[in-house]
Amino acid sequence: MSRFVARRLLYSIPVLLGILFVTFLLARVIPGDPCRAVLGERATDQICNAFMERKGLNRPVYTQFGIYLKDVFTGDLGESFRYGRPVTTILLERLPITIELSLAALTVAVLVGVPAGIISGYKHNSPADVATMIGANIGVSMPVFWLGLMLQYLFAVLLRDTFLSLPPSGSLDAGLIPRAFYDSWGLPPWGVFEFVSNMNVTNAMLSANWTAFRSAAGHLILPAIALGTIPMAVIARMTRSSLLDVLSLDYVRTARAKGLPERRVVIRHALRNAMLPVVTVIGLSLGTLLGGAILTETIFGLSGVGKSLFDAIQSRDYAVVQGFTLVVAVGFVLVNLVVDILYTYLNPKVRVS
Amino acid sequence: MTGQDGLVPDPTPPEPLPSGGEAERADQRGETARLPETRGLWATAFRELLHKRSARIGLVMLAVLIIVAVFAPLIAPFDPSDPVGIKEGIKVRSGPCVHLFGCDRSQPQHLLGTDGNGRDAFSRLLYGARVSLLAGFGAVAVAVAAGTLLGLLSGFFGGRIDNLIMRVMDVLLAFPALLLAIAIITVLGQGLVNAMLAISIVTIPAYARVVRSAVLTVRENDYVAADRALGVRTARILWNRILPNSLTPLVVQATLGVATAVLEIAALSFLGLGVRPPTPEWGSMLAAERNQVFTAPHLVFFPGLAIMWNVLAFNLLGDGLRDALDPRLNR
Repeated sequence: MSRFVARRLLYSIPVLLGILFVTFLLARVIPGDPCRAVLGERATDQICNAFMERKGLNRPVYTQFGIYLKDVFTGDLGESFRYGRPVTTILLERLPITIELSLAALTVAVLVGVPAGIISGYKHNSPADVATMIGANIGVSMPVFWLGLMLQYLFAVLLRDTFLSLPPSGSLDAGLIPRAFYDSWGLPPWGVFEFVSNMNVTNAMLSANWTAFRSAAGHLILPAIALGTIPMAVIARMTRSSLLDVLSLDYVRTARAKGLPERRVVIRHALRNAMLPVVTVIGLSLGTLLGGAILTETIFGLSGVGKSLFDAIQSRDYAVVQGFTLVVAVGFVLVNLVVDILYTYLNPKVRVS
Repeated sequence: MTGQDGLVPDPTPPEPLPSGGEAERADQRGETARLPETRGLWATAFRELLHKRSARIGLVMLAVLIIVAVFAPLIAPFDPSDPVGIKEGIKVRSGPCVHLFGCDRSQPQHLLGTDGNGRDAFSRLLYGARVSLLAGFGAVAVAVAAGTLLGLLSGFFGGRIDNLIMRVMDVLLAFPALLLAIAIITVLGQGLVNAMLAISIVTIPAYARVVRSAVLTVRENDYVAADRALGVRTARILWNRILPNSLTPLVVQATLGVATAVLEIAALSFLGLGVRPPTPEWGSMLAAERNQVFTAPHLVFFPGLAIMWNVLAFNLLGDGLRDALDPRLNR
């Protein structure tokens, strides 16, 4: 087990280096002058020369890669010329928003996808099964951005005056500026606290500000549904096929032959094993969520990592593009790593061998 | 690769190509595999494909799409980039007007209304099928070609080559697909061809992996050993023996891949990184009117529906193909 974990950790090192190399390359192969790509078109020659000198851009490529590595490992991702602030700072502000959105989307996906998959798999070929599978097929085929816009139209226009009305964009009602939770607790503004306080729903919950909570949660529902739909469909399909496989195994028949109640056979015996591949799929969809966040956040006007990345591309803020791409890719690799390790932990067959 | 004979697998092989699925089926019938390859596996697979309702639906949906794409100029009532609405003096972004459904006959007929530039939305939607299908097929074709080559080399030679190729593939897979595609476009520049290329690059690992694992099983077969013993050139073994017999998983992956490619290219166009105006493309049509979703929802609804139609067709077909081509599943 620990040997597997160690090997898995070792395997991710070349991938991480590869990611660093790709993001490094990204900034070097952009057509045109790297200095003006980073500092903006209006940078003077003098500033540019100083910049090239400071960043080592007039040195050989391998030295440049070394400098880049050193910068990254000391947490220096460059400076955004658009905001005039370090990329790391911007990232720490935006990341919590994306994390909260992704977790909300994943919650929606799991809460709907798993039960739907179980019903579908257990009642194989029933109308419920057919309906779920049609829904899942449509779900994976839907463009996220379209679903988002349609949800906005449905909940903010068609259902405007009903109790189902939901705000179409933004993350809080106008004029609502909630206090950071550490402030109301009388704690110092430490980095971790600040990071968490940027998650609107969590912050409102921690500071027991229910007006803000209702507003923040209401604003999060539609983006979470939009972002969660594809993983939901994938999870439902996976749960169904996995449960179908397991239900046909001998030990399930034995359990039934013992006269165990059906509910117990399905939940205690079959589901435990059927959920293994589902856990992997759930973990892997976190990566998809990060990619989907670019579209969802742009549509719903949430200033998370995805929207910032999109804005940065539009305004050619390359330092932000590079830094954010790096962090998202590394996050993706780490999530996959954790999922793999978790899987070994959950699966006794792998654990023993 | 190897010149003329390398481009296409030899259409008339000197002996019937052994194929796993065919041999297995033949064994079940208690006879030896003597049927020609072309009728065996693929014909059976196609027949089985037609037995699946979802695959039939997928085929019909795809057929509709292809017909629309091919005959767009004949079906479309207007030129897709002509601001007819303005010439006719109706408001831009006017709603659908169908005479059959009670729209006043004095009004010019626009089945799905007009867009922000007064162009006929229905005509643009029809022409959009061309861009969407071409882009989807194009992106997958490039990715399949590159992925197949890499997978063949990796699986057949193993060792260092395998290690190097697969580690590079791992790095590509480490990025969320859309993010990497966006990064590639920042380098290549905006445009439909670059968007297709970006999606191709991003999806190469999927094909490389599929081909590699197929090659790993095929290369252990006796007929490959026989070829080697006879001194057949490696490139020839790869194209005439290994590739045809590794094709089934690749076909499934490529069909599902078109669905993904269509979706991602639409997403890139939606973000303004794909086609340039005035090309009618569904993602960019949607993007152009997205701020009008509250006042003119029809301009957002139908392009999205069209994207979904296209993606769903390939998803259903791909799922059906997987079941039909995998002899273990249906039995």
